[in-house]
Amino acid sequence: MAKSQVAMKVNGKTVEALVEPRTLLIHFLREQLSLTGPHIGCETSHCGACTVDLDGKSVKSCTMFAVQANGADIRTIEGMANADGTLHPLQEGFREMHGLQCGFCTPGMIMRAYRLLQENKNPSEEEIRFGIAGNLCRCTGYQNIVKAIQYAAAKLNGVPFQEAAE
Amino acid sequence: MNDMTPSSAERAAKLEGMGCKRKRVEDIRFVQGKGNYVDDVKLPGMLYGDLVRSPHGHARITRLDTTKAAAVPGVVAVLTADVLKTVNLAWMPTLAGDVQMVLADGKVLFQNQEVAFVVAESREAAADAVGLVEVEYDPLPVNVDPLKAMAPDAPMIREDIKDKTEGAHGKRKHYNHIFSWQAGDKAATDAAFEKADVKIKEFIVYPRVHPCPLETCQCVASFDKIKGELTLWGTFQAPHVIRTVGSLISKIPEHKIHVIAPDIGGGFGNKVGAYSGYICSIVASIVTGRPVKWTEDRIENLSTTAFARDFHMDVEIACTKDGKVTGLRCYTIADHGAFDACANATKWPAGLFSIISGSYDFPAAYCLVDGVYTNKAPGGVAYRCSFRVTEAAYCIERAMDIMAQKLGMDAAEFRMKNLIRREQFPYTSAFGWQYDSGDYQTALKKAMEATNYKRLRDEQKAKREAFRRGETRELMGIGVAFFTEIVGAGPSRACDILGIAMFDSAEIRIHPTGSGICRLGTKSQGQGHETTYAQIIATELGLPADTITVEEGNTDTAPYGLGTYGSRSTPVSGAATAMACRKIKAKAQMIAAYMLEVHDDDLEWDVDRFRVKGNPERFKTMTELAWAAYHEVPPGMEPGLEAINYYDPPNFTFPYGAYICVVDIDVDTGMVKVRRFYALDDCGTRINPMIIEGQIHGGLTEAFGIAMGQEIHYDPDGNVTTASFMDYFLPTAVETPHWETDWTEVPSPHHPIGAKGVGESPNVGGVPCFSNAVNDAFSFFGSTHIQMPHDHWRVWTAAEELGLHG
Repeated sequence: MAKSQVAMKVNGKTVEALVEPRTLLIHFLREQLSLTGPHIGCETSHCGACTVDLDGKSVKSCTMFAVQANGADIRTIEGMANADGTLHPLQEGFREMHGLQCGFCTPGMIMRAYRLLQENKNPSEEEIRFGIAGNLCRCTGYQNIVKAIQYAAAKLNGVPFQEAAE
Repeated sequence: MNDMTPSSAERAAKLEGMGCKRKRVEDIRFVQGKGNYVDDVKLPGMLYGDLVRSPHGHARITRLDTTKAAAVPGVVAVLTADVLKTVNLAWMPTLAGDVQMVLADGKVLFQNQEVAFVVAESREAAADAVGLVEVEYDPLPVNVDPLKAMAPDAPMIREDIKDKTEGAHGKRKHYNHIFSWQAGDKAATDAAFEKADVKIKEFIVYPRVHPCPLETCQCVASFDKIKGELTLWGTFQAPHVIRTVGSLISKIPEHKIHVIAPDIGGGFGNKVGAYSGYICSIVASIVTGRPVKWTEDRIENLSTTAFARDFHMDVEIACTKDGKVTGLRCYTIADHGAFDACANATKWPAGLFSIISGSYDFPAAYCLVDGVYTNKAPGGVAYRCSFRVTEAAYCIERAMDIMAQKLGMDAAEFRMKNLIRREQFPYTSAFGWQYDSGDYQTALKKAMEATNYKRLRDEQKAKREAFRRGETRELMGIGVAFFTEIVGAGPSRACDILGIAMFDSAEIRIHPTGSGICRLGTKSQGQGHETTYAQIIATELGLPADTITVEEGNTDTAPYGLGTYGSRSTPVSGAATAMACRKIKAKAQMIAAYMLEVHDDDLEWDVDRFRVKGNPERFKTMTELAWAAYHEVPPGMEPGLEAINYYDPPNFTFPYGAYICVVDIDVDTGMVKVRRFYALDDCGTRINPMIIEGQIHGGLTEAFGIAMGQEIHYDPDGNVTTASFMDYFLPTAVETPHWETDWTEVPSPHHPIGAKGVGESPNVGGVPCFSNAVNDAFSFFGSTHIQMPHDHWRVWTAAEELGLHG
């Protein structure tokens, strides 16, 4: 099959590659760029394990062709930690609040939470729950994921994090 | 001791041992996308496998032609049953003593059954070729109803064993019959029913569901022709079992098979079994001489690799008129699908289902289970429960509510009256299980107080009266469940898999500088083993948890073990860890005595050191002793500081819990809103409360999914209609209720650290609690039992049938 040339920015770096027109963005990221943080959990856009940030939106990279991302600016979980190796407040929050168990949904969940906090700096619990409804987790029951996002929001807003009472 | 020495408590806190809410070690890599899952494994020259699957539920294959598929550019090989026959692998043995087709041999027995395996240079080429494998089918009559499986004219599912009158578990009474299994005392139970004042009988179905971890089943097989060695990466909850079974069926010597289970994206029982995709990948690697990767998609996962439950239970309880239970009887039809590939301990075809007397003091009990074949996917697994325990817990907890209803007693009061009392432990149940410990009344009382149970009942009554007056269209339901599990399989006298006793293991090496590594036969799939096993070692050996590496999943380096499922990691490998630590500690004590020039009896342990009794300033810390073990051991002692323990538990453990749920039901829409869910768990000694709470949250969420919406459903033609996330309900953050957790702590008397296991309790107790809440709301209108799942449509239908829509 004839290949197409694509160029895009991924985690701040410009990449150029040849892809089959039918190559999915998730396969391009995982297999051609070796960015194996985004995962594949379904093929119907329900689970969100493949979520990446693309041109300011949360995108499920299993339901988009790599050629459609030509010219895009993409951020994956691999681009979240700070240059000095310290964790992004969301990454820190997920660990502090026990917001993950098997870790398979985590990269997608964090990338979705990242965009959510760009759109709403101080979301309520309900807004968080609605905001991450496109990302499934089979391990945590979401309660600690909500807390992890609240933790990150507080840290990003420079206010102390107060865990809601049980 | 001088003032500069930190106190025992301060030193203990620094270890982050048992009882500490230690942050997870695993998270550092997971939050950065640096986990290493099977699909992340990429080998030079790796090929991709993809399966051709049957569109029919039951059909004869009249033609199978792979010519066009083999001609697709990039396709390297196409395997069929005929190819597999050349290496004697067209069929494989199952864990349950049956055999199973690896690829369809002459006919297909369930929809999406594996028919051919295409191997290609890319996923895309493999997918192209899958569509070009030509298969012609001659459809056969289908049966997906287990209750009709033993009818005289039922479609014959297994022609290959039609003349076999003896199965792996005794006599077969019909060509679709697999086994009959019974427990308890039938005569005594029948006598109890004869004499009973009050009896109830109900038909309770626990529908077929699927564990559905977010990562599907997958593997990479790499066969080295020169060395004759196979390396197999895979999503394996039990890597050693896979190695042994792999060796037995492939005839590759076991020392030449290297099984590696890297990070696993959730298991919940789905990743215990051996599946066709694994066998095909291994054969394909042998045939092509190249590594072969196989990854399921979600539809394949939900419709072929395992299922759970599908138990159809006729349950009866006998009782005195003042509410004392006297007998329990249950007859069950178990739908095992087309092949008996259930993951149970081998001697237990219905698992540990005889825990069905639950938490109650039944003087007599009897159960009988018949397993049958149908045109459904094989592989009954213990989905987040010990073998068939959740079916038993659901059945007894529903039945207890139904009896309370008949007696006109409150559900909690009726339970309180019949719970096994504290002074009865150790308690032998009517089925012969020895419940090791518990304080059930205290747990239930605490749950009732925490939720203000009495006030909830008053509110419910007021609301029901308002409903009757037409002032509201909402009903309130209160669910109570008190479950007892039987986990930690298991004692070798009771449990084995294919003859291998269900022990487990830990091997600990302490390095000269006082850090160490612990390797185990279990395998975490998200439970946080790297964090919690190190906490056991920290407390036992007085070395900081941060200085202990925990490693699992590599059969070349880990000691033999039976893997992680059935809540067995803590009860079995956790015990092995403590026992290995104690061997190390005993040796360290001898070294300390030698260095301090005292008798070892003159030493006492203090958090992280041995000190001389009565002279605490004379001590040797564990770190000092580790160094000494490598250069200063007493004459005649072997150098080094390591130990291994294979732990064969003396008994199972019996975690329990009291759960209370409050729901509000809109009678006109069938919408069920969970207002409150309170879960009290007793898992014995608590190793990491943060992780325990996380396990409870997750298990309750899975229970919520099962009770309120999940079903792997087949239509009468054998089509599986719920095999994608379009149709199979997984709760999102929006539907998932808020969880309240609580605990009591009664340690297991036979476990070295008193721990019982916890990961599965919330699934076992959660499902009946939700179902009881929904049923409770309607029980006041004459309904005794509404089958799960309680989705909007079914709840609306129940209300309609009760005439509540006016």
